[in-house]
Amino acid sequence: MRETFVATTTALLQEDPRTALVLADISAAAFAPALRRHPDRVINVGIREQLMTGVAGGLALTGMRPYVHSYAPFVVDRAYEQIKLDLGHQDAGAVLVSIGASYDASAEGYTHQSPGDVALLDTLEGWTVHVPGHPDEVPDLLRAAARHDDRVYVRLSTQQNRHAYPGVDLKVIRRGPVGGAVVLAVGPMLDAVLATGLDVTVAYTNTPRPLDTARLRELVTAEIVVVEPYLEGTSSRIVSAALSAVPHRELHLGVGRAEQRRYGSPADHARWHGLDPAGLRASISAFTSRD
Amino acid sequence: MTATAIRSDPLGLLLTRITGDHKHAPSAYSTLDVLWVLYDRILRVSPGTADEPDRDRFLLSKGHGPAAYYAVLAAKGFIPEEWLDDLGSSTSHLGHHPDRVLIPGVEIGTGSLGHGLGLAVGTAMGLRAQGYDEAHTFVLLGDAELDEGSNHEAIAYAAATGLPLTAIVIDNRSATHGRPGGIASHFVGWTVSSVDGHDRDALEVALRPDVRPRRPHVVIATVAPKGH
Repeated sequence: MRETFVATTTALLQEDPRTALVLADISAAAFAPALRRHPDRVINVGIREQLMTGVAGGLALTGMRPYVHSYAPFVVDRAYEQIKLDLGHQDAGAVLVSIGASYDASAEGYTHQSPGDVALLDTLEGWTVHVPGHPDEVPDLLRAAARHDDRVYVRLSTQQNRHAYPGVDLKVIRRGPVGGAVVLAVGPMLDAVLATGLDVTVAYTNTPRPLDTARLRELVTAEIVVVEPYLEGTSSRIVSAALSAVPHRELHLGVGRAEQRRYGSPADHARWHGLDPAGLRASISAFTSRD
Repeated sequence: MTATAIRSDPLGLLLTRITGDHKHAPSAYSTLDVLWVLYDRILRVSPGTADEPDRDRFLLSKGHGPAAYYAVLAAKGFIPEEWLDDLGSSTSHLGHHPDRVLIPGVEIGTGSLGHGLGLAVGTAMGLRAQGYDEAHTFVLLGDAELDEGSNHEAIAYAAATGLPLTAIVIDNRSATHGRPGGIASHFVGWTVSSVDGHDRDALEVALRPDVRPRRPHVVIATVAPKGH
């Protein structure tokens, strides 16, 4: 997904003079050709993440469309007040693009992980959040963001599904029994949900904000399970509100709050957080069986 | 400047119409002459050009105590004078910190310290990238505000890239731990003017961007120490 982001953004910079890119050293080498071609619009501020977002706010106030990129903990967590004030409070927009989603950087440790990025943006107004599940979903999301001035977060990951599902709507991937549980998989969680082998309706979205709540209301009649690749329960407020008129039960699965003080691989972390197929199967089965 | 002198000045009369913000009054008076010189003699912006893309930009980073800013905006016709009589109420446009969405001519909403200089860097880069070579960016900060680390990121980056913008630091010695080496020593790579913050002619000379190389410039405007 990172390579797709570099290629698409490099092309956007070429095609649209309104586009700018702001970096804080991360991925700067990959954008070197773009920097040579557009020295005024490809800006590497060095290791200065607060400035990165402040610069984006200033660029947007002059009418430009800034893309801002770094590791998730640096672009979101570290610069939270800049995101809140230099963008939101100014009524200015930007496209934040992160890598290092949740435990992608498993061997780097917790300093390079941000399971809470989407929850942090949920405290702010007006953010569209894209969590693509496949590299082929990325270009359209990035290109659509160039055509307006709203606030957009694109959360790229090294975890991905086998198949791409273009578009930002909530899709049914597999039909289960009528009246049974609906499992909503967000972004790269889809394949793990399908691999549980459970006879449930499986839905998918790469755009949890704004969540396609109208479609969710059509689908859910009794039980909903949300499986998100970031902090567990991040979407519970929105799902609860969407289904407030529907008698139903909810289960929210995602990355646990406890810091895993272990390195290992992303697959190890998925297992420790119960997000591998076996863990998901156990959690979802326990929820749906009422014996 | 004494309170009597302020009240005898037409601008001072506007300033005294703003009530309800006594806590921040000293910081309001400390910026009055700088703001007047900017809007009366320097900035290429008026109520008629407040939305033109190639206008000069003035960013008030020191968003607390904006009474002088509001008075100057009223004197120059950006906002109605009547707005000055209603500060911080449920229906007023003017708060104890300015909101750009509510006030014509205000470029950024501020109050939390350490945001204006980063936004100014981005503004200057956006103007340059779009070829608005005549447009200049000014940003006003307080000396204690320089304690915020975000400013140090912006100061170093502007110097390294030779960015054309002008920062104005109002020095009323309000930083808790002082500033060893003086304020100027923290603007490495910038050109520096140090002036009396109430000497309007000296401020004008220091603030004119067209007589200097297009590089970052800081004007340190000294006023009476806070609390004196």
